[in-house]
Amino acid sequence: MSSTENPIREALEEAISEHDVLLFMKGTPEQPACGFSARTVATLEALGAPFAAVDILPDPRIRQELSGLSNWPTIPQLFVNGELVGGCDIVMEMYESGELAEALGVQAPAQAPDHAPQAAEPGAPPLQIEGLRPPAG
Amino acid sequence: MPTTDDLKTRIEARIPDARAEVTDLTGGGDHFRATVTSPAFAGLSRIAQHKLVYDVFGPDIGGPIHALSLSTRTQ
Repeated sequence: MSSTENPIREALEEAISEHDVLLFMKGTPEQPACGFSARTVATLEALGAPFAAVDILPDPRIRQELSGLSNWPTIPQLFVNGELVGGCDIVMEMYESGELAEALGVQAPAQAPDHAPQAAEPGAPPLQIEGLRPPAG
Repeated sequence: MPTTDDLKTRIEARIPDARAEVTDLTGGGDHFRATVTSPAFAGLSRIAQHKLVYDVFGPDIGGPIHALSLSTRTQ
């Protein structure tokens, strides 16, 4: 299939290239729909790192195309400067080691807790992925 | 429904000299956590290490295995 026949994948690639820090998640930063997504959002917000978010739930093709693109089977997926950094586990480990702040180009807060935060705070509005058509019928 | 022993066996069969500890996070047989130790991870990024483990299960991740939380170590 040529890329011109795959508007969802094109929209995903465009979103990844246009946002320095992009999180694909279930739900929104304000209302995460999965505990792993919630923890990842809370961790990014604990570092005060600006990030864009895409909710993969509205259309199953978003997740399908994303996992095809990234070769990573689970959600969430954090991209920094166009590269997949990891899912929830890797983001937590990198937060606790200080590598996440470094990767995001932010200062780790002086009072940062040893363990990654559990809950989500309100954050950036989600992006809309273009190229989706309403379900037939 | 996969069991912790199924996951452990599959990981240890596919990744050289791997030792895996697998727990069922919810008791429901679909959310698991695995700590995998293998010298095969040496020199690989975390992403590459986790991909080696995910590759053991292929499409089962997101299918019968709803979530597999990972921690990988070289020793």
